[in-house]
Amino acid sequence: MSGGEVVASFVVPVHPHTVLTPDRNAGWRRLRDAFDEAAQTIRELEADLIIIYSTTWPSIIGHQIQADPNPEWVMVDHDFHDLGSIPYSFNIDAEFAHAWDEANQKRGLQSRCVNYKGFPIDVGSVVALTLLNPDNRIPAVIVSSNMYANRSETTVLAKSCLDVVEAQGRRAVAVTAMSLSNRMFTDFIAPEDDKIHSLKDDEWNQKILEFLGQGRLEDVGQLSRTIHQQIRVQKVVAFKPMWWLSAMNGNRNDLTGRIMAYEAIHGAGCAVVHIDPASSGVGDKEYDEDDVEYYHGERDVLDAVDDNADETEATTPLLGVETTAAESGPTLWEPTDAEGSVNTAAAPKPVGAYPHARRVGNMLFLSGVGPRQPGTNAIPGGPIHDGDGEPLPYDIKAQTHAVVNNVKRIVEEAGATMENVVDVTTFLVDMKRDFQGYNEVWAETLGKVGPTRTTLAIDALPTPIAVEMKVIVHMPE
Amino acid sequence: MAKGKIVAGCLAPHPPHLVYAENPPQNEPVAEGGWEQLRWGYERLRASLAHLEYDAIVLLSPHWQTYVGTHFLGLDHFKGLSVDPIFPNLFRYHYDMNVDVGLATAIHDEAEAAGLPVKMMENPDFRVDYGTITTGHLFNPDWDKPLVVISSNRSTAYYSVEVMQEIMIELGKATRKAIEASGKRVVVLASNSLSHRHFTTESDVPEDMSKEHITSHAMHLWDMRMIEYMRSGQAQRILDEMPEFTEQAIAESDGGGLSWLLSTLDVPKYPAILHGYGTIIGTGNAVVEWPCHAHEVSEA
Repeated sequence: MSGGEVVASFVVPVHPHTVLTPDRNAGWRRLRDAFDEAAQTIRELEADLIIIYSTTWPSIIGHQIQADPNPEWVMVDHDFHDLGSIPYSFNIDAEFAHAWDEANQKRGLQSRCVNYKGFPIDVGSVVALTLLNPDNRIPAVIVSSNMYANRSETTVLAKSCLDVVEAQGRRAVAVTAMSLSNRMFTDFIAPEDDKIHSLKDDEWNQKILEFLGQGRLEDVGQLSRTIHQQIRVQKVVAFKPMWWLSAMNGNRNDLTGRIMAYEAIHGAGCAVVHIDPASSGVGDKEYDEDDVEYYHGERDVLDAVDDNADETEATTPLLGVETTAAESGPTLWEPTDAEGSVNTAAAPKPVGAYPHARRVGNMLFLSGVGPRQPGTNAIPGGPIHDGDGEPLPYDIKAQTHAVVNNVKRIVEEAGATMENVVDVTTFLVDMKRDFQGYNEVWAETLGKVGPTRTTLAIDALPTPIAVEMKVIVHMPE
Repeated sequence: MAKGKIVAGCLAPHPPHLVYAENPPQNEPVAEGGWEQLRWGYERLRASLAHLEYDAIVLLSPHWQTYVGTHFLGLDHFKGLSVDPIFPNLFRYHYDMNVDVGLATAIHDEAEAAGLPVKMMENPDFRVDYGTITTGHLFNPDWDKPLVVISSNRSTAYYSVEVMQEIMIELGKATRKAIEASGKRVVVLASNSLSHRHFTTESDVPEDMSKEHITSHAMHLWDMRMIEYMRSGQAQRILDEMPEFTEQAIAESDGGGLSWLLSTLDVPKYPAILHGYGTIIGTGNAVVEWPCHAHEVSEA
C-alpha cells in the first residue's frame, strides 16, 4: 500500500481544564467546544491515525514513541491536581510506532519505542486524545519532544513519520499539544479572573494566530526561535512543535488555516487551530531555511562511530552520485567504484567523486583523509570555524587521532595493516599553531610504524578541519 | 514541647540509574551494577546518620515541577508505580510511602505567612514523582520514616536564578521555623544533581561504566568548585555564585533545591562531608552531608 497523506493538522492546548472543568470559565468552555468540533472534523475526514507531538513529554535520549497498544492509568496534573483526575485507556497503533522508530533510525535520528505498563502519559497527550478521539475509534501514536533537538532533527523526525504514513497509506491527522505563550500566573487565581498573562504575550499570540489563520505555517516555524524568546517560559521544549508540524505539511505557507478558539488558561495562550492541507491559493512563499533529509548532527556522544551507518547507507542513492547534504561544508558523495577501488562505510563519505583508496598492483593509494566521522560527519576536537567562517577553538591532537583512525579503517578494508604504510603527506592549515600537537600524535601512532613523511602548510581544506593525510601503502603479499 | 531541630541536611541526587543498578525488589528492571562510586557514597551517608534518631525526612524534588506556587503532599499515604518517563527502561518502581502531613501543613502555613503561594496536594490519584522516590529509596531504603515532599517551583524558568533564590531562601526559613516549632527531629534533603548536561545517547548496556564520564571539562570544574565550597564551609559562596553556576553548568540547582537546603540549614559555616561524587549519563552528582548535630549551639 502507498499514497498516504496528512489530511488535517491541529494545534491544541495542554492544560486539563478543558477536560475537567470547562464550565468554570467561559473561555475554557469555548476551547472545549472547539475541541469537540475538531473531533467531529476528524471523524468526517475518515482519518485512520492521530499523531500527537507533545510538548509536555520531554525526552533526553533522542525521541521516544509510545508503543503500548493499550496504555491505561489515571493522570493527575502536577499543578492542577485539585481539578480532579483523568482516567485514560488509549488505542495506540504500536505497529506504526515501531515503523516510525525504524524510519527515524534510517534517517540518522536517535529514537526508541516505549512499552511499559504504568508509563506516565503526559498531560498534553492525555488531554488531546481524550477530547479529539473520545471513543478511541481512531488509533493514535504519541512522540516526545527531545529537549536537545534542533530544527534539523525535528524536521527529519517529521519526514520519517511521513515515510511511514505514505508507506502504510494512512489518512493521518497531525496534532501538536502545546501552548502559544506559556507564561502562567505564578499565584492562584479565581477561574473568572483568567486572562492572557500580559498584553505583550497577547500581541504575540495574535500575530502567530494571524499567520496560522492565513495558512502560513512555515513562517511560524521560521519565527519559532524568536517566539520562544519573546513569550515562552524558558523550558526545554522551545517552540519546536511548529518545526515538526510545518515539516509534516511540506514546509508550506499556502495552507488553509482556521482559528477555532483562542483563550487563556491560567494566563497561558491556548488555541485550537485547524490547518487544512488544501491550498489557500495565495501562492507559496520562499523557503529560506535549509531543508534536511537526514540527520547528521553530533548526537552519538558515547561512541564516535555511528553504529547505524550501514542502515543509513541503505537509504541513500546508488554509488557515485551526489547524496546527502552535510550540516555545514560541501555536499557529501558516495565513493566512486572504478576498478581497484577500496571503499568502506567505516570511513567518512568523500566530498567529491573519488574513492577512499585505489589499488594498483601491490600499491594502495589513499585519497586525502581527514578527521570527519562516518555516519555523523562530526569532527573530533571540533571544527576550526563556524558556518559563518568565524574561527572556533579546536583540538589538533583529537583531529590527528581521528585522521589516523580513519586511515586505519581504509587500510584494513583493503586487507593491509598500518604496518604496511610506507609514505604519508600531511596537510596542516595552521603550521605554527598545530605542528607540535600533530607531531606528538604522529610519534605515538604512525611514527612507530616508520613511513616517510612530508608535512605541508596549506591555506584551507574543503571542510572545517585542520589536518588531512595522503597515504601510500605497500600491500602485503 | 522541646524545640524541634534539623539533625542533618543532605544533597542527595536522584538519578534513577542508582536504584536500577542496586536491583532492589521494588524496581522491575535488572542491572549488572554500575555507578558504584555514588552508590557507595549513599552507603557512607546512611552509615554516617545511622546513630541519629529522627522523626521525619523533608525532601524537595526537582521532578515535581509546579509553575503555580509551591506544593506539598497532603495525604498520609501514597502507594503506586513510578515509571520514569525519560528512562522507563531503568526505573519502574513500586513505592509505598508515608507522609508527615502535620509537618507538611506546618511548613505550608509558615510559607504562606511569609507571602509565598502554596498549596497542599490532596488528590489520592496523584503519582509521586520519580525524583522523590529515587532519593527516598537511596536515603532510606526501609521507607520507615515519614516524608514531607515539597514541589520544585519553577521560578528560575519564569524569572531568573536570582528570583528563584529569593523565593527558596524564604521557603528555607519557613521550613526551619516550622521544624523548630514542631518539636521534631528532622533530616532535610535536596534531591538534585550539580552540573546537568546529559549525554543524548545511551549505551546498549546502560550500566556500561566504560561509557560514563562528565560531559565536558567545564562541567567538571564547576562541580569541583561547588564541592570545595561545601567541604570548606563556604555555603554563602555557593549562594553568591548560584546564578553563574546554574547557567554555565546547566545545573539542576535551577529547581531551587540546593538554595532551599542551604537556607533551611541557616547557611552553614561548618564543613560538609563529601560522601561521594560521580557522573550519571554525563551529569555531575555529589552525595553531601551537613552534620548539623555536630555543630549545635548549646541552648543552656
